[in-house]
Amino acid sequence: MELSDRALVTQARSGDPDAFRALVERHSRVVFRQAFRMTGNREDAEDVVQEAFLRAYRQLGRFDERAGFGTWLYRISTNCALDTVRARRRRNENSAVAEPDAPDPMAQVPARDPSPERSAWSAQLRGAVEDAMNELSPTERAAFVLRHFEGMHIEEVGRALRCRPGAAKHSVFRAVQKLRRALEPLVAPVRS
Amino acid sequence: MKHLDQSQLILHYYGEDEGDANAAAHLAGCPLCLESYQSLERVLGAMEALDVPEPAANYEAALWGRIEPRLRPRLSGWLPVWGWRLATAAACTALLAISLLTSRLAPNRRPAEPAPLADSQAGERVLRVAVGDYLDRSQMVLLELANTDSTRTRQIPWSVTRDRASDLVSESRLYRQTAEHTGDVAVAHVLDDLDRVLLDIAHGPDQLSPRDLDRFQQRLDAQGILFKIRVLSSNMQKQVL
Repeated sequence: MELSDRALVTQARSGDPDAFRALVERHSRVVFRQAFRMTGNREDAEDVVQEAFLRAYRQLGRFDERAGFGTWLYRISTNCALDTVRARRRRNENSAVAEPDAPDPMAQVPARDPSPERSAWSAQLRGAVEDAMNELSPTERAAFVLRHFEGMHIEEVGRALRCRPGAAKHSVFRAVQKLRRALEPLVAPVRS
Repeated sequence: MKHLDQSQLILHYYGEDEGDANAAAHLAGCPLCLESYQSLERVLGAMEALDVPEPAANYEAALWGRIEPRLRPRLSGWLPVWGWRLATAAACTALLAISLLTSRLAPNRRPAEPAPLADSQAGERVLRVAVGDYLDRSQMVLLELANTDSTRTRQIPWSVTRDRASDLVSESRLYRQTAEHTGDVAVAHVLDDLDRVLLDIAHGPDQLSPRDLDRFQQRLDAQGILFKIRVLSSNMQKQVL
């Protein structure tokens, strides 16, 4: 019979590495998906997953068993992803100091091509969505991912990001507004 | 007729407008808002285009292979927070007592020399695990500050950061005193530097301005405190393993 998360946490706390391994195996793919959406690339997402489990292990003693392990873990991974994205931005900003003005990111969004190839259009849309997501601030991106993809309520988003619900709500609003500005021209219905 | 604004449309899309039953009724009767809402639906629907690659079949095993060597052995499993703090405090007190006793009984002996008591080794180990954990938590607070764009200071939950820094300061004193008494000079120095930075954060302004953030970031850079923490934390881990 498969043990519950709670039982596995209890065993892991008493020093059973197999119990923690079972938790890693059970939750790592979900954490990876969330981390990928927040960071936008595989390498960073893999680093986030690893760091999230290491932090979770170190903090097992502080885990409140009344909460779900998954919820607690996703909160940790959210913060790891935020740390990663902020650090990456800072690195990019520092390395871009001497460069001329960055090109308008919207200029990189491919123009809508009336190509009949559906796959080409999908690739184009995917590229535009990725570019638009990359234009969000780390907090906006995290708030949007938690609300849109993870289905969290605004209050839960606030708890995960350690901010007030009002601030979480505004982050989601700002994210959606930026996405609308970037993507609306692409997804607008063709009027004859 | 008052039209729905963007935020109302977004809340309606996500079903978080329970308190505003009029939104649906309004959309049914207002072509302008309906058009805007449908546009929002198309944009948010397009987010499905964002592919997430599926990890390899052996992903879990590979991940565990990377994690397992970095898991610190726990002496007797995990304790609840208060239990862990109590155990750490007991270990620190025992080490302090051993250290003082040793220096009194053998005044010519160097203070760094280990006490001839078997329990002191277990005590030191508990202490190193606790200090390692303390350094990790301090590092998270400092990284948050170091990595924030100065134009986005409002996005930092500043009161939370100050509370965390304040908790860390109250925790650090015992570790620092113990390190000083056991002659662990390097640890004591880093903890001392860290303590000053955390104190500064804990007693920082009510609202973090871009200028305050710059000041904190410059200080972190100038002192290389994050690097020192990383090195010390890594040494602690090696000593515990």
